[in-house]
Amino acid sequence: MKHCLIVDDSAVIRKVARRILEGLGFRASEAEDGEQALLACRGEMPDAILLDWNMPVMDGYEFLKQLRLLPGGEAPKVVFCTTENDVAHIARAMRAGANEYIMKPFDKEIMTAKLQEVGLC
Amino acid sequence: MTELEFEFLRGWLKTRSGLALTAEKRYLVDSRLGTVCRRFKLAGLSELAAALKLGRDPALEGAVVEAMTTNETFFFRDRAPFDLFKDVLLPKMLAARASTRRLRIWCAAASSGQEPYSIAMLLDEAKSRMPGWTVEIVATDISTEILDRAKAGLYSQFEVQRGLPINLLLKYFTQEGDGWRLSPAIRSMVSFRPLNLIRDFGGLGTFDIVYCRNVLIYFDGPTKTDVLRRLSASLSPDGMMVLGAAETVIGLTDALSPHPDHRGLYVPSRAAAPAPLRLVATR
Repeated sequence: MKHCLIVDDSAVIRKVARRILEGLGFRASEAEDGEQALLACRGEMPDAILLDWNMPVMDGYEFLKQLRLLPGGEAPKVVFCTTENDVAHIARAMRAGANEYIMKPFDKEIMTAKLQEVGLC
Repeated sequence: MTELEFEFLRGWLKTRSGLALTAEKRYLVDSRLGTVCRRFKLAGLSELAAALKLGRDPALEGAVVEAMTTNETFFFRDRAPFDLFKDVLLPKMLAARASTRRLRIWCAAASSGQEPYSIAMLLDEAKSRMPGWTVEIVATDISTEILDRAKAGLYSQFEVQRGLPINLLLKYFTQEGDGWRLSPAIRSMVSFRPLNLIRDFGGLGTFDIVYCRNVLIYFDGPTKTDVLRRLSASLSPDGMMVLGAAETVIGLTDALSPHPDHRGLYVPSRAAAPAPLRLVATR
């Protein structure tokens, strides 16, 4: 079973994402900010990370940069999932090593399409 | 709407557009035609049926057909038909048409344009392998309203996320207000034309690749057979046709055969070609 880490400071978004991911056959775990997420990845590197941009303590962009420097940190497929929907943000995320990008609001169909795109669904 | 009026509407739609309105789809009449009634200031569905019977208002007739047509589509819908294009159909045609370097593609139910534009983006991605090629993508749909949307190439955030990989969004779209506009270069690769599949489409010419997905499912058996027969006639002898996942030619026509290796792909049947003349000795 593929493991997806949901990184978002909104409990509602985490809950919605968890429901969709579990429906798609993923095992889901959660982190509330980038720092918690890095800690989690040091313990167990997930197959996929669903990543918010704006979070307290450490934002998604900073997390992604640090993740890719960790041993094995290049492996997870990172899908940004954020309200930041302008081209500059998307391009910056892709340059930083994101694999896909979801603009909120999203639904199961969009999530499935993006996970298929990165080869996890 | 009385039973008689529903039966009239059912027959009218079938004649005008080929759409088979089954009893289970009756709820669609209320939900979709209510809007048309309001737009044309008609008191209700009975009045609408009466107006259609008179047959004096082409704008109303067009609006009814458009309202009853399903325009569900998205970029790279179902993925597999587009992987098939990239990995099988295009390489095969690049080899088969190497001398003429001409390729004609038809999307027969283009709706708001996502399917032909997905193909256009794939062709653009492959352009380094196609120097000097002329590719024509013809995209047709019964609804002129939806074709106007397709030509504009402006999609909502929700629409661009459904199936469109982010790298293609960044490469081919620019942000415009709340929406995303497809680049003029990709839009210019597709020519949109209104077309009713139940009418003659021989004038479109011959195609190497035809995508006719998720439209036959709305037709009844005899209409499917008729459309498939004419679609097969529009294919070049080595042409290929892609149908939707829930569609098939089996039991409808012998003119096309399923490709043994690729689900959803159909090719002209050899058996359907005229049999060679044989001399038979007679006494």
